[in-house]
Order: sequence, then structure tokens, then C-alpha cells
Amino acid sequence: MPTPQELEQRIEAAIPGAHAEVSSADNVHFSARVVAASFDGMSRIQQHRLVYDVFDGQLGGEIHAFSLRTEVP
Amino acid sequence: MSDNQIREAISEAIRDNEVLLFMKGTPQQPMCGFSSRTVAALQAMETPFAAVDVLPDPRIRQELSGLSGWPTIPQLFVNGELVGGCDIVIEMYESGELAETLGRDAPAQAPAQAPDAAPQAAPTLQPENRLG
Repeated sequence: MPTPQELEQRIEAAIPGAHAEVSSADNVHFSARVVAASFDGMSRIQQHRLVYDVFDGQLGGEIHAFSLRTEVP
Repeated sequence: MSDNQIREAISEAIRDNEVLLFMKGTPQQPMCGFSSRTVAALQAMETPFAAVDVLPDPRIRQELSGLSGWPTIPQLFVNGELVGGCDIVIEMYESGELAETLGRDAPAQAPAQAPDAAPQAAPTLQPENRLG
């Protein structure tokens, strides 16, 4: 089962310069805040897609729920 | 119904409905907190919308995500374009962008926070659920 720390590391590794804060009470439902300069100029859809892509195929499965807020620093 | 027919019906629904929400359950009885919050935001806009329940057949969700490139439910489409899932819709609701996207004025007494649950609010179009 993924831990919030693992998810943070994966997001930060996949999106250069990103800072991720992930929390979860049960390691199934996650809440994430991701701040990245590379989001600048992207629509929210594109920003969220970039993060979702990190967990290709796991969302809705192992990661049952993933609430996301993206920000440009 | 074959997978292809499902995908075709989904495309058609997206094309034919100005505001379309793919969700778990129905606006009257959402089966997931994320779907419920998204419905509440749309109902607060007093905009009629169509809804498709993805639960009756797992292939609806599979084909929808294949089509939209978006992995989670709910998914809101406006004028044939994916607007986003629950987080984006709520964020846009709070910032007033949702009203803009829907081509409406923000509600006169816009609450600062998104509503928690689907309330009384505006009548919704009966879900035109040819996929169920």
C-alpha cells in the first residue's frame, strides 16, 4: 500500500522542481497539494493531468481517492 | 452493447449535452462524496445539466477515461470540453470561474465555501442515461 511519503517522492521525482505535500489517514484516500513552477501557463486540467500521469493506472485502484490542489509558486 | 458502441454513445452524449456530468450515482442519489460535491456546486449555479451514472457498467468508466484521458470520476464536460473533476470544479466554483465557464452570473448570494451536500436547489435535467 502506498504511503503519503512515497507519493510525495514520486511526484517530486516526476515533475522537476515540484514540491508536494500529501496526507492520508488510511493510505487509500489521499489529499495532495503540489506547487511547481512548471505549472505556470498551464490550465488546471493540464496541471492535474501532469500529476495524475505520475500514478498511471493506480488511481481508482490502489489509490482509491486522490484529492488534488495545484499551485504555481 | 460492445465496447465500441459504449464509446460511441459516450461521445454522442458529450456532443449533445451542453453541460454533462459523468458521476457515480445520480444527482438525486450520488454514490460518492466527490460526485455529491460536484453535483452540489452545479446545482448552486442553477444551471440545468445532464448526468450519466457510470456505475451500472464498469465499461462506461473504462471507455470514458480512455476517451478523456482523465482517470477519475466525476468528470464535467461543458460544450464538449472536459472542464475537470471534483477538485477543479470546486476550485472554479469558489473563484467564480465556474459561472463564467457555464456562461452565467455568479449566484447573487454566493457562499464563500462550496456547499457540502446536494440541497434543494435548481431542477436538474433528468439524466439522459442511455448507457445504463
